[in-house]
Amino acid sequence: MAVVRMRNLFASAMLFAIYSLLSAGLFAVLDAGDVALTEAAVGAGISTLLILAVLTVARRDEKPVPGHKLPALIVVVVTGAALIWATLDLPEFGAPDNPVHTHVAPYYIEQSYPDMGVPNMVAAVLASYRSIDTIGEAFVILTAGLAVWALLSVPPRRRRRKLPTEGEDAR
Amino acid sequence: MREHGILRIVARLLIPLIMLFGLYIQFHGDYSPGGGFQAGVVFASAWILFVLIYGLDDALKVIPERAMFVLMLLGVLLYAAVGIAGVLLGGHFLNFYPLLPGKHAAQQFGIITVELGVGVTVATVMMLIFTQFARRRQLLAEVNEEVD
Repeated sequence: MAVVRMRNLFASAMLFAIYSLLSAGLFAVLDAGDVALTEAAVGAGISTLLILAVLTVARRDEKPVPGHKLPALIVVVVTGAALIWATLDLPEFGAPDNPVHTHVAPYYIEQSYPDMGVPNMVAAVLASYRSIDTIGEAFVILTAGLAVWALLSVPPRRRRRKLPTEGEDAR
Repeated sequence: MREHGILRIVARLLIPLIMLFGLYIQFHGDYSPGGGFQAGVVFASAWILFVLIYGLDDALKVIPERAMFVLMLLGVLLYAAVGIAGVLLGGHFLNFYPLLPGKHAAQQFGIITVELGVGVTVATVMMLIFTQFARRRQLLAEVNEEVD
């Protein structure tokens, strides 16, 4: 909530990092070591760094938008209500006959060690059973890097007028 | 940042440790939490710490931008090459069993190689993105000076 209300982007980046770190702690408590490590490294670490790197070339403060947008509020409320309504149809939390527990998960849990001799089941599923998904993710990262390079390697144009801000440039 | 002695000493101590931890979660990912994505990010953050302390120019002497491009493509190509090697040896795409005679050995070889490819790609892409933003800042500063 504070992240959303904050106008100072630097402070909201910091709050977002703290939020990521807390959720990493939550994942660690839930014994999801891989997810906790990812959240701590990616969410709290590198994405905060990249946001700060963006903030060095952008304005420090968010431009305030006066007034409220009524259609946006209606869309958000309706979508939220529909999602909450949909959760009523979900199967009971933690029930052993839920679809998520009866599809491929038992096979992975029972067979991943005999199949590959890799104790970390997450690595086995990620790199071997779901290898094509993972190559897709690798290509997504590559594409992201290339896109950032393509956007930012263009030399910046000289500005016609001087900016009224104090030294901080907006782009 | 020549004058920040404490930062420089602490960073000199920390950067190798962070890199070592990155390599650990890269190559120990089969046995403990970790894998290519996390390892790449951790490794890149060590390099970014180096940039913050010693400046972009020195950091680009360690890993030049051209090397980043080459490595990020090589990472993905390594992943794809493992998949195609499986096809050439008579399996499906990204099937690791034909790679080595032993069943477990083949899978472990495949997983480690694939994760290495992911790790190299993620690390270099993160470095590249950070470099681009840092470079952008320098360019904008130069342009503004010209205007002023």
